[in-house]
Amino acid sequence: MVSLGLGSLGLIAIISLFMGAVVTIQTVAAIDSPLIPLYTVGFATRQSFILELAPTVMCLILSGKIGSNIASEIGTMRISEQIDALEIMGVNSASYLIFPKIIAALFTIPMIIIYSMFLGILGGWIVGAYSNNLTIDEYLYGIRWNFNMFHITYAMIKTLFFAFIITSIPAYHGYFTRGGSLEIGVSSTKSVVYSSISILIINYILTQLLLI
Amino acid sequence: MITVKNINKSFSGNQILHDISINFLRGKTNMIIGASGSGKSVLTKCIVGLHEIDSGLIEYDGRDFTHMNFKERKGIRAEIGMLFQGSALFDSLTVEENVRFPLEMHTDKSKEEILDRVNFCLQRVNLENVNHLHPSELSGGMKKRVGIARAIALKPKYLFCDEPNSGLDPQTSIVIDNLIQEITQEYDITTIVISHDMNSVMEAGDHISFIYQGRKWWEGDRHEILKTDNPELCDFVYASRIMQKFRKL
Repeated sequence: MVSLGLGSLGLIAIISLFMGAVVTIQTVAAIDSPLIPLYTVGFATRQSFILELAPTVMCLILSGKIGSNIASEIGTMRISEQIDALEIMGVNSASYLIFPKIIAALFTIPMIIIYSMFLGILGGWIVGAYSNNLTIDEYLYGIRWNFNMFHITYAMIKTLFFAFIITSIPAYHGYFTRGGSLEIGVSSTKSVVYSSISILIINYILTQLLLI
Repeated sequence: MITVKNINKSFSGNQILHDISINFLRGKTNMIIGASGSGKSVLTKCIVGLHEIDSGLIEYDGRDFTHMNFKERKGIRAEIGMLFQGSALFDSLTVEENVRFPLEMHTDKSKEEILDRVNFCLQRVNLENVNHLHPSELSGGMKKRVGIARAIALKPKYLFCDEPNSGLDPQTSIVIDNLIQEITQEYDITTIVISHDMNSVMEAGDHISFIYQGRKWWEGDRHEILKTDNPELCDFVYASRIMQKFRKL
């Protein structure tokens, strides 16, 4: 659980806080017309984080961090014959090594994404409150305005798919590593590339299916 | 006894093993020798089922291993212990957890019974007070000994050792060879050792099979190997200057 997410809490916190702050500043800067109310800034930050930044961008970051870890760990076990040792002991090595990782990711990654959503919106609030571009009340009103609970459900559905991708694709590449340490690096790189592309494709498909 | 009959194995059209038939005898240290790339490791991995053979038959005391499914093979594998070339200890587990692993997988013993067995196996390979160390904290010889302790934890009927001396100094090699031989005789098990170290062969080889270019080229014991006039085997056995001098004597 630690290597599959809880160990990434610090990184996710830093990225979320700063991204939330930047989105808030960018939205404030983009609002030229006095006809657009300033609470739109809070609304835009919330929507950006719930719909895309937390589930998709954070999962892309996690696919790099966790994915390469899984691929190199299992790849090392393969080339150092540890997987053969498991097989000799009558253990179904794929099930023993991969299945717990997928299950752990399905539990931990959604929690991390909720944590990221909270911190992203908090980052926007801190910047909004101290930049004098909008009031705290306007920001708080904005993040509550026109709230649709289904967007959280949508984000969680996406996250579950991404969590599966983040663990299964690197595990596959690690498990079928052949050769030596050079090939472990290749497997690790491949796993990050393929899982990132898969996340983007699945993101598009799920958005098309769930939001339209 | 393990019987191998007419085994053939190829990878991507490249045939590695050609019609190999060998009987590995119970209570003996059966050695498979040959140059690097001759197919020794592939043969052993075929015997234990890590590679599927293209044709032929593998029997463990008359039980047809070749046509067994995963569940049936699991029963045989509980009777197999294997020492890998690089020891293949689980990096994330301590020495104690490594030796405990097969016991937890295959037995219903209590924690105390398992710990007793672990300590017995570690003492048997002359390792004490290393239970809580990780593999990265052990020397090469200690790793091999932990590997042997893990391999014998389930009291196997069949012990496989893939180049047990590789990377070890001559003295530690002899300790490992003697240990394997003692365990083989003590538990009356069928032991198969892959090696290209002639010291090991002369130390422990009760029954020797020489593999040359994927074929069984010669079979005999350690006394016969010195008298052989098989040219390929002579090239292998007397490759070193010491052995060449020994031959002249």
